[in-house]
Amino acid sequence: MSAGETFAFWVLAILAVGGAIGMLLSRKAVHSALWIALTMVSLAVVYLINAAPFLSMVQIIVYTGAVMMLFLFVLMLIGVDAADSLVETIKGQRLAAVLVGIGFGLLLLAGVGGLTVNEIKGLDAATSQAGGNLEAVAQLIFGRYVLAFEVTSALLITAAVGAIVYTHRERLVGKPTQAMISRARFTSVTAPRSPMPAPGVFANHNAVDTPALLPDGSPALDSVPAPFQVEEARTFTTADGRVITAVYPEGDDK
Amino acid sequence: MSVPFGLDPGWLILLKSLVIFVFLVLVTLFTIWLERRIVARMQMRIGPNRVGPFGLVQGLADGVKLALKQDIIPALADRSVFILAPIISATTCFIAFAVIPLGPTVSIFGTWTNLQLTDFPVAVLFVLAIASIGIYGIVLAGWSSGSTYPLLGALRSSAQMISYEIAMGLSLVAVFLYAGSMSTSEIVSAQQNVWYVVLLLPSFVIYATSMVGETNRAPFDLPEAEGELVGGFHTEYSSLKFALFFLAEYINMVTVSALATTLFLGGWRAPAPISTIWEGANSGWWPLVWFVAKLFAFIFVFIWLRGTLPRLRYDQFMKFGWKVLIPVSLVWIVIVATARALRQSANVDSSSLLVVVGVILTILVVLSFVLDAMISRRMPSEIEPEPEFDAFAGGFPVPPLPGQKLPTPAASAQTISSTEGDSRG
Repeated sequence: MSAGETFAFWVLAILAVGGAIGMLLSRKAVHSALWIALTMVSLAVVYLINAAPFLSMVQIIVYTGAVMMLFLFVLMLIGVDAADSLVETIKGQRLAAVLVGIGFGLLLLAGVGGLTVNEIKGLDAATSQAGGNLEAVAQLIFGRYVLAFEVTSALLITAAVGAIVYTHRERLVGKPTQAMISRARFTSVTAPRSPMPAPGVFANHNAVDTPALLPDGSPALDSVPAPFQVEEARTFTTADGRVITAVYPEGDDK
Repeated sequence: MSVPFGLDPGWLILLKSLVIFVFLVLVTLFTIWLERRIVARMQMRIGPNRVGPFGLVQGLADGVKLALKQDIIPALADRSVFILAPIISATTCFIAFAVIPLGPTVSIFGTWTNLQLTDFPVAVLFVLAIASIGIYGIVLAGWSSGSTYPLLGALRSSAQMISYEIAMGLSLVAVFLYAGSMSTSEIVSAQQNVWYVVLLLPSFVIYATSMVGETNRAPFDLPEAEGELVGGFHTEYSSLKFALFFLAEYINMVTVSALATTLFLGGWRAPAPISTIWEGANSGWWPLVWFVAKLFAFIFVFIWLRGTLPRLRYDQFMKFGWKVLIPVSLVWIVIVATARALRQSANVDSSSLLVVVGVILTILVVLSFVLDAMISRRMPSEIEPEPEFDAFAGGFPVPPLPGQKLPTPAASAQTISSTEGDSRG
């Protein structure tokens, strides 16, 4: 290794290993995902300085840009916490995970160790024979391994289509248009024709769960959206000191 | 005279990096001024004209004001990620410009070098890769704000950028096939005789559309739809952190324009009449002028679009990306690849290829007319009327078969509207 390569290796190694450790130690799932992203980008730079530019770019675009982003989406939308998944759901999972982890580590050590002991043979020759890194990769994917490549893509497409079929719900009746909804509202007997009354603004209350007042001083119960209509009686004080009590009938309108 | 990449002395690399940085910041300041003036002109206003000549320094004044504002970190924010997000956005947008060729080989203080920081066999993929890291900045900004609007804006924005990145990547495939390379400098030199905007017009149209979506600019600026999302992913940001997002947005605009110039408009090559009249137009420092001119032509179109078009609805926008842009570019890639394979391996020259394709198309058109005439000559009573689709045939709900139309929901509209009334009340 040249001096520059050694320097780059140490910087990237510290970043990559630091990312891996940070991922293990983070308490928040999103932080863990970010640490993995750091490790992935560091590995991509390692590939780049080791004469594999195409692999490096694919690593960033596919793993950092697509796979990790998908994880982030799920984590952000579902909001997984460190407190959530401490219970072992499958019996003996931890033991199995430790055993498989140790086995995988040994395999990696043997493989990578073998590479450092033996010289890498024929990489430059193979690359120059094909006319460049990109061309060499293309020739292998679309030449010798074309069948495996196509079968894999068929598998992935089947999986994607399967997921869509499972989650897709067929409509039985067409979607009502805006005009239809409007017409139905005005021909209906019970549905209100005007917009619903807005929540009230009182001396010490100004929130969406505060009912407005009707002209006779009683609370307009339907000015509060259904999710905020609580079971127990609530009292509010108006600007002129009157105390209003709102009680929502149980089980109604929800 | 051509110089290989990667052999520049250290001081030259530093100088180039610095110049790219300064160039991008200056272009951003100028673009902000340009945008405000042009949009003002389109709206029959004058625009900023107080600070400096023609108001040119207005952007700088606004920048200073923005930087001096109070920096607020919301109480519910995830502090470290909240600070990290704008940094990711701003740094990645500068990096992508490293592989854009600004000109041919020139002499800088006696050293011959390319007017480009670096180049490698997958340089265009590098730009895409950096763009995909840039999305992290937006997603993390939205999440770490700990508030609903930014989260929604961030999810929208990243979904939009990821989908349009696919269309963008597909539109580049035809260029790679024709240039035989993914290196930016080689793509520019492959356009010596004819620009790819002429050869590969559909690719250019797809790229130009997706680059507007990719940069979150009007009419595709849904992540910042003020009426729905306040400010989108940067709602909670203020002061310098907001300035970094603002900078990133403008530099992204410059980068995609520069990439479009490089891939489709011949990069730094002089436009057609100039290069034929004037020999020296493509050597020395002159190409920098052509490059910047093309760059600002794109930026002008960006501004023009913003001043002209209303914002799309989100579902229409996603439908357009996935159901129009991506299929069209896939079909176009198949056409380009087939034509190239026929030309190269079957030794068919392009004129005879065009003749064959034209004959096949003519036969198809004639056949369709003949078939139409034959069908319409049949008596209308011969065509059986389709039985109307019954969604509850046999008492069970059944989905429609392909080709069957859903019944109009006249009967069910009543129940739907009354439940909606309930949910509001």
